[in-house]
Amino acid sequence: MAAYESWGRTPVAPPARAERLAWRSGLPRHLADLAARGETVLAYGRGRSYGDACLNGGRTILDTAGLDRFLAFDPHTGVLHAEAGVTLAEVLALVVPHGWFLPVTPGTKYVTLGGAVAQDVHGKNHHVAGTIGRFVRRLGLVRSTGEALNLVPGDLLFAATVAGLGLTGLITDIELQLIRIASDRIDQTTARFRSLDEFFSLSAAASARSPYVVAWLDTLRAEGRGVLMDGDHAPAGPDASLPAPAAPHTPRVTLPIDAPSWALRPLTVRALNETYFRLNRPGRSRLAYEPFFYPLDAVGGWNRGYGRRGFYQYQFVVPLGDGAAAVRDVLGRLARAGAGSFLAVLKTFGDVPSPGMMSFPRPGVTLALDLANRGDATVRLLQTCDVVVRDAGGAVYPAKDACMTPESFQAFFPQWEAFAEYVDPAFSSTFWRRVTAGRL
Amino acid sequence: MPTSPPAGSARVLILGATSAIAHETARLYARDGAALALAARDAERLSANAADLRARGARLVVEIPFDAADFARHSPAITEAWDALGGLDTALVAYGTLPDQETAATDAAAAVEAFTLNATSVVSVLTHLAVRFEAQRSGVIGVVSSVAGDRGRPSNYVYGAAKGAVTLFAGGLRGRLQKAGVRVVTVKPGFVDTPMTSHVAKNPLFASPEAVGATIYRALRGSADVVYAPGFWRPVMAGIRAVPERVFKRLNL
Repeated sequence: MAAYESWGRTPVAPPARAERLAWRSGLPRHLADLAARGETVLAYGRGRSYGDACLNGGRTILDTAGLDRFLAFDPHTGVLHAEAGVTLAEVLALVVPHGWFLPVTPGTKYVTLGGAVAQDVHGKNHHVAGTIGRFVRRLGLVRSTGEALNLVPGDLLFAATVAGLGLTGLITDIELQLIRIASDRIDQTTARFRSLDEFFSLSAAASARSPYVVAWLDTLRAEGRGVLMDGDHAPAGPDASLPAPAAPHTPRVTLPIDAPSWALRPLTVRALNETYFRLNRPGRSRLAYEPFFYPLDAVGGWNRGYGRRGFYQYQFVVPLGDGAAAVRDVLGRLARAGAGSFLAVLKTFGDVPSPGMMSFPRPGVTLALDLANRGDATVRLLQTCDVVVRDAGGAVYPAKDACMTPESFQAFFPQWEAFAEYVDPAFSSTFWRRVTAGRL
Repeated sequence: MPTSPPAGSARVLILGATSAIAHETARLYARDGAALALAARDAERLSANAADLRARGARLVVEIPFDAADFARHSPAITEAWDALGGLDTALVAYGTLPDQETAATDAAAAVEAFTLNATSVVSVLTHLAVRFEAQRSGVIGVVSSVAGDRGRPSNYVYGAAKGAVTLFAGGLRGRLQKAGVRVVTVKPGFVDTPMTSHVAKNPLFASPEAVGATIYRALRGSADVVYAPGFWRPVMAGIRAVPERVFKRLNL
């Protein structure tokens, strides 16, 4: 059996059994049979959730990698219909040559469409586009009752399934509206900031002119220095056009082994941060969409850089009002604990409402960073940060979480009990059992 | 040496189009804009794969009900494809079943059934195809055999014997059809990680259906006669074939 891990590789919670799904036909009956046998199942795409939202320890995993068919693509309207196990990389390889692009994309293209919808992912364009769920026209969902449902925006079960963590049933297929592009290039502007206040003013200006804005933050500098990048799809021109059809890109370099434990010591992290800051010179540039949207995808299996014990990814959002104070507070706690992060990403979310009942994004500022797993100390540190986020009226992102307590989860998502009504009784996850402990 | 038509204008029949390997080959043809006739038994699965290939750019995809065990359907199915696509320049015979060796070892009916599907029916299909391709004096016929057909092994000889028969038959056919300018390509995959092998414990020798499908696509469009997929199986199988039988029979392979 393949190793069913999460991207952070912690916690370790292998399933008792895994099944590889290859066909949609027969699934309604099959799920009903599994439920009748008392099995508890969870769909697993490519394991790119960092924490335990994609794990079903001791239960059954339904691996959707074989549900990788496109069902329809109209190059005139940009409507794509595909099975849930298709990855964003495969979507891009198909649609970019026709002048279409994903309406919303997270920082990796190696997630499945099903996973992207189940987490209602956001991207660098959240301030104008909102989450991916806003572009879903229809969802196929199979329930353990043996029903195959077609859900559309406005259905309550649609709202529960978008950002529903895969708990409302098995998402089998998705119809998505894509956006037009004229080339596969991005025109990018890079600016440096040397304080959080400067970030907020740069970000406001960039958000007003560009659909894509994101900043990298040097967490080892208390004042909050970093690099802000904004950009848009380049117009067609002599040095910007659409590519010919080709196979999906695969990483050129792959980390073949786990990095040794010394690799991400503070000294290394400091050097990496310094290098990154210096490499990103202010100014304008034109680049391919891959390095703009997916810089980390260039190194396959980069998660192994954190060694065998894995790492935690921590992403939270806090309202803009005192947002800076909460961000500073969290950064201070991490710095004092010596938990420096190389990959810290800062972004302001817009106020475009998410269609999912349990969607994470809300207006405010979001910070995402990763921390090497140093056992209980790291868990306790993050749980303390959760309290800061709670007090600021924010939330932590379930797609990345492995630590939050049931109390924190229920504070971040007070609608969780209403959501629980829509959870399919035969579906569960290690995450869901953790954050509802003692309450369901 | 006959040359392949431009990629986008290819007219390809795939028998066993719901096989994971065949579908990966079909995806590469679809990206070129080829016309595809897909033949398989399960209509729902066939239509799922057909939709995928249409979305990926195939200029025409037709679905043909085909049960390899129904010999009377072989010729009509090929005719149907021929007519729908206005002729064929490529045919790939990709269906097969992996029998449970333990059952087949003692159950004669099960052994014969597996042999019939994996070998006898392929002989029938290849013969029908050969007649048509020989008459048009061009085209490529590919057939998916297996490394299992290179030597009889106790763990897998019912399947292996059928694939061995296919390999020998295709070899002879190649010699006959080359005179007519028709290529016959024998593909011998090793272990492939597909639904057919889902119950088999995986090891590092397992290849992905994508990789094997791409090898088949290249072989059909290239000039090879016999390809191993992946290529490392060629020297491995040469080594295995070189072991004397009195030694080999004791190796519990």
